[in-house]
Amino acid sequence: MDPVLLARIQFAVTVGFHYIFPTITLGLAFLIVIFLGLYLKKEDELYEKIARFWIGIFAIVFSMGVATGIVMEFQFGTNWEKYSRFVGDIFGAPLAAEGVFAFFLESTFLGILLFGRNKVSKKVYFISALMVLIGSTLSAFWIIVANSWQQTPAGYHIINGRAELTSFFDAVFNPSTLYRYSHAVVGGWVTGGFFVAGLSGYFLLKKRHVEFAKRSIWIALVFTLISSVIQIELGHLHSVQVTKTQPEKMATFESMFESQANAPLVILGIPNEEEKRIDYEVSIPGLLSFMVGFDSDYVVKGRNDFPADELPPLMLPFFSYRVMVGLAFYFLLVALIGTYLAWKDKIADARRYLWVLLLTIPLPVISNEMGWIAAEVGRQPWIVYRELKTADAISTVVSAGEILFSLILFSVLYVVLFSLFVFLVRKKMLKGPESVSEAY
Amino acid sequence: MDLNIIWFLLIGVLLVGYSVLDGFDLGAGILQLFTKGEEEKKALLKSIAPFWDGNEVWLLTGGGALFAAFPHVYATVFSGFYLALMLLLVALIFRAVSIEFRNQVESEGWKGFWDITFTVSSFVTALLLGVALGNIFTGIPLDGEMNYTGSFFTLLRPLPLFVGLTGVAMIITQGAAYLLMKTDGDLQARVKVWIKRSWLAFVILSVLTTLLTLIIDSSKVSAIFCGLAGWIALAVFLVGVILVRVFLAKDEFFKVFIASSLIIVSMFLVVGAAIYPNLVPALEAANSLNIYNSSSSQLTLTVMLVIALIGMPVVIAYTIYIYRAFRK
Repeated sequence: MDPVLLARIQFAVTVGFHYIFPTITLGLAFLIVIFLGLYLKKEDELYEKIARFWIGIFAIVFSMGVATGIVMEFQFGTNWEKYSRFVGDIFGAPLAAEGVFAFFLESTFLGILLFGRNKVSKKVYFISALMVLIGSTLSAFWIIVANSWQQTPAGYHIINGRAELTSFFDAVFNPSTLYRYSHAVVGGWVTGGFFVAGLSGYFLLKKRHVEFAKRSIWIALVFTLISSVIQIELGHLHSVQVTKTQPEKMATFESMFESQANAPLVILGIPNEEEKRIDYEVSIPGLLSFMVGFDSDYVVKGRNDFPADELPPLMLPFFSYRVMVGLAFYFLLVALIGTYLAWKDKIADARRYLWVLLLTIPLPVISNEMGWIAAEVGRQPWIVYRELKTADAISTVVSAGEILFSLILFSVLYVVLFSLFVFLVRKKMLKGPESVSEAY
Repeated sequence: MDLNIIWFLLIGVLLVGYSVLDGFDLGAGILQLFTKGEEEKKALLKSIAPFWDGNEVWLLTGGGALFAAFPHVYATVFSGFYLALMLLLVALIFRAVSIEFRNQVESEGWKGFWDITFTVSSFVTALLLGVALGNIFTGIPLDGEMNYTGSFFTLLRPLPLFVGLTGVAMIITQGAAYLLMKTDGDLQARVKVWIKRSWLAFVILSVLTTLLTLIIDSSKVSAIFCGLAGWIALAVFLVGVILVRVFLAKDEFFKVFIASSLIIVSMFLVVGAAIYPNLVPALEAANSLNIYNSSSSQLTLTVMLVIALIGMPVVIAYTIYIYRAFRK
């Protein structure tokens, strides 16, 4: 077996699985802060009850994130030793900063949030929730700084056979950081928003805890609607940036072979790499040039302009990108309908809609994963764009057998963990908000 | 003092911070095996539940800081100790899940299962980290390209194993010292017995490890005591070892915890004095990773120092605040 492929699969499995949970916590933490803030302001016990219930669910999601996140901090060294040596001068600092500025903050104040309701005042309790939110949002910042530097490296020079820092500011705020950061965080808001809305809808479907669920779903839906709108524009801005900074990636997303002005936006189709065209193409003429260049005469580069050994694979990024974009519009529609129903106070009886909402819960997670796949497979064959190839980055001393062993180990473990996660969330849902007690 | 030396010390500080703090919840995790009945187990878990996660961040931050300051050490050690590290990761995953999931379901079988995984994963974590430290102390086979040339079994040589076992005894002592502060009655009385035993085991293992070091590589001992650091380490070690018993006899449990923490500090001082200026001594001395050939650029070390100076005082401040909030 090819060790590079195995190492890539292992990285994809461990990151892909981990990525399910922090995205949920980003939105969930935000909603918890909103609920506790409303409780402080309006002194309505219902808000506290809502907050406490979602904090209980948050605990499960967060511990899954922590358990699977530990692997992240170490696997660059274990599986990607040559990469670690090449980028250590730049890549390590954001990881360390994530620990210092983010992990400590969220983990320490989570202690208060989960176990300290009776140890601190209402205000300090609210501030603790806020710190958990700030911590998790900052954590996303630093890890995306590191990842964005792989996509669009800046603030460095190559010396002594490695990348060395010349400007920390330029490395942190490299050309893609802010686009990718805001896109990922708001993706988390949509995910957490649908998570809360969908599960609240479950109570309404079962006609249990109706007042609780109506209040919870209303706030969650408004939050999700706002996030979905922002997200679509952030996605657009990100695509403009990708076209400028990684043109072969955009050419791959659109399966465009010839550079052209008035480039069409491909809605659907099947890329045909052999004949360099798209089969069954459905597209809107000129729209891509207009979207990414704000001018239909804007020339979008095609794959033919790049050497074949520097092009990403075509199929996977093309389709994952389309699934992500399609879902983004679906989310907007679902959130819009839901907000309208909740505003008119008709949502408790809209059973068909509530079913749709419930089944929508996993879709933002899938959308996040698809965006991540499009972004990272679209970066291939590079591990650091135009500086180091993925094939030249793995560990010298680790054998394919060892990677296979740990890959199987993690895969089995993650299947078990995910089953436990679903089981425990379901259990909390069945218990409902009436029986929230401290875990210890 | 240059930046490389400062970062050698700061990595040490992060490891000490991790061992002192996560040390107590790892130790408590191992001791959970000896508690009786649901009430005692719950009391033990309750005392560490709000803190274990924040404590573990010291390890994550240590890993990140090592990557940033000494990337070659990060790359060499983590790829070299591959299987051991995978075991460590699995143990850490199980620990996190055990403590968080245990009380989610009211069933004896469920709780019993997570109690076992919690104890085992706490023990495995403490042992693996101890053996890893022992290997750094002993030195490992490296080639001229900074890559590890040994196997998994090279890591299990006698001296690293003894360091690992000494570490486990230390961690249990640290956990017991913490539990003394957080328990009362019958359980507290039994913790007192446990800490005396683990203290004794630690002292005996320390002496044996020292003798073994003298037999295998006496130059190591002279390296430790050629500078001031080694003598300070010895003094701190003796003071800590004695004060644990002195304060235990007086029932001054917070001071027992501080004394126990001092022993941990002394262990890292010993290892630091033994390896300096190396971070990963190689069996063939010329191939060693030292604080200069394995480090990041001066600019990165400066940036990292600024991050540490801005961030860590704040971290320490709110950590103290939280511990105070949970004091009874």
